[in-house]
Amino acid sequence: MNLVLCLLSTRQYLSAERIRGIVPGYADAPSDEAFFRTFERDKTELRELGIPLEVGRNSMFDTVDGYRIARRDYELGEIDLEPDEAAAVALAVRLWDSPELTGAAHGALLKLRAAGVDVHQSPHAIVEPKVRTTEPAFAPLLAAVEASQAVTFDYRRPSGPEARTRTLEPWGVVSWRGRWYVVGQDRDRGAPRCFRLSRIVGDVGKVGKPGQVRRPDGVNLMAFVASFDSEQRPGQPVRLWVAEGRAAGVRRRATVVGAQEIDGAKGDVVELDLAYPDSAAKWLAGYGPDVVVLAPDVLRKAVRERLLAVAEEAR
Amino acid sequence: MTAAQDRLPRLLALVPYFIARPGIRIDEAAADFGVTVKQLRKDLELLWMCGLPGYGPGDLIDISFDEDTVTVTFDAGMRRPLRLTGAEATALLVALRALVDTPGVADADAIRRALAKIEAAAGQAEPAGVAVGLGVREGAATAEVRETVQSALRDKRALRMSYYTAAKDEVTQRVVDPMRAMIVEGRGYLEAWCRRAEAVRLFRLDRIDDVTVLDEPSVPPPHARPTDLTGGFFQPEPNQRTARLVLEQDARWVSEYYPVDDVEELPGNRQRVVMRYADESWMTRMLLGLGGDVRVEEPEALAAALRARAADAVRRIDSLG
Repeated sequence: MNLVLCLLSTRQYLSAERIRGIVPGYADAPSDEAFFRTFERDKTELRELGIPLEVGRNSMFDTVDGYRIARRDYELGEIDLEPDEAAAVALAVRLWDSPELTGAAHGALLKLRAAGVDVHQSPHAIVEPKVRTTEPAFAPLLAAVEASQAVTFDYRRPSGPEARTRTLEPWGVVSWRGRWYVVGQDRDRGAPRCFRLSRIVGDVGKVGKPGQVRRPDGVNLMAFVASFDSEQRPGQPVRLWVAEGRAAGVRRRATVVGAQEIDGAKGDVVELDLAYPDSAAKWLAGYGPDVVVLAPDVLRKAVRERLLAVAEEAR
Repeated sequence: MTAAQDRLPRLLALVPYFIARPGIRIDEAAADFGVTVKQLRKDLELLWMCGLPGYGPGDLIDISFDEDTVTVTFDAGMRRPLRLTGAEATALLVALRALVDTPGVADADAIRRALAKIEAAAGQAEPAGVAVGLGVREGAATAEVRETVQSALRDKRALRMSYYTAAKDEVTQRVVDPMRAMIVEGRGYLEAWCRRAEAVRLFRLDRIDDVTVLDEPSVPPPHARPTDLTGGFFQPEPNQRTARLVLEQDARWVSEYYPVDDVEELPGNRQRVVMRYADESWMTRMLLGLGGDVRVEEPEALAAALRARAADAVRRIDSLG
């Protein structure tokens, strides 16, 4: 703390020896070696906190480097938030459910409060979004992105068991609908690729030196990941028979348009729109004899095929 | 971070904080910094001994505090907080961007204004390398449910609703005491004390039908705690059953999506897994839906029940001609 105050107050570069003489605490160091050890550790700590420690000499006659902190680079700019803006900030801080990002967001909040901004816990009438980072690969990949360093990892394809080693120049980590991806230039393919973090097997290794990865200008990380997500297709009208008192999950989405008896069982004829014909067959087949597709034919055949495969399964 | 590493950033922030708020209550300040009053007093005592080196006592940080309030009268040149680090700016700005297009969270205009101001103050226009899309898709019916839920939270009222439980495929009537609304993995949830289950439950907004705000107040019991989502939605329960399944290539997603144990790779990109499940009705529906892409090895009773239901269903379909 005293070191920060000392270096902030000086315009000149102060040598380690002068700092030792004026900053309370350093004078107690029992030996040169002990002082330099403490001083090195403190410098590292300040740099880790993001304090812009400048190294230089005041004139060509100086024989050793000195240190100072440029106030211009140290201070947070002026900021004043309206109550609704501060409420948005409070909510943003609570978005993260992640060891890496929660700490950083709280650090930012502390500084905003120190700048005079009042950020109170927001009222409970709002919806709190939560983003978790549970994948073990998250922390090393975020660190690699921040350090602009290439990485290598084993990646399991969804279709098979074998994991392949991939080498990636990471441009960013992206969360889409609660799933984390890493986007970057795949060195093996020579093309941009996107990998799901939950499919990374084992440890993430570093390749080369920090600062060697350059993200292309104007690349939209989110568009890269979200484009893998299927477009919502328009709903198609579907007519079903639903056994009496059964299939509550279908009934709550459908309208009853009549009654019918099928194969000696009483039930209702219902109608609804289904947006995904493929997953619709899976959903409806799950109800077994409680739901029968009346129309369209193509959906009825798809459901029947699934059920027939189960019925005819070899013992 | 260790306690000692936490302390310096706090000490650096304390002086400008108190300069901006003369005479603030010490307990209020402690709450803002997330520390105890005792710890904050220790911090202040330490700060009191800090100052510009080599000068007289008048150049030390000067703090006056009585029982309850604190005022900093000389700041020793530390009027502004330290700028945001890259990681701090990223965590805050990415979160704000994620909120902009999310229904029901906050005024999008206020979020954009906050973004612009923080970008200007932080001097970092484009935070590097992290992007978040909450990807909330909300139908008109769910938007209506959400608005009703939010008004109950705002007015601290209980709710009556019909809720569809997918595990049991049934709709039940419940009266709940709302606690908070959340968005997790692209879906909206209401967390509430359920008077029927006598426990805290997460209700998916798209499974709530016919919701009404009641006149009576929302009173979750004092022991009602928010759900810990750290381990995900599927919490292992001791009374769960297990089934041994063989997944064809097209059904491998099952082992990625649901909690499974003892994954064994088989020829032809198939997998043998042991899957835990809580509810027979849900498991039967999932397995029937997968059709020939999954085979139940154990228990035999479950396999037999599936075959019988599937045969009944095929007969019913074929009876239509």
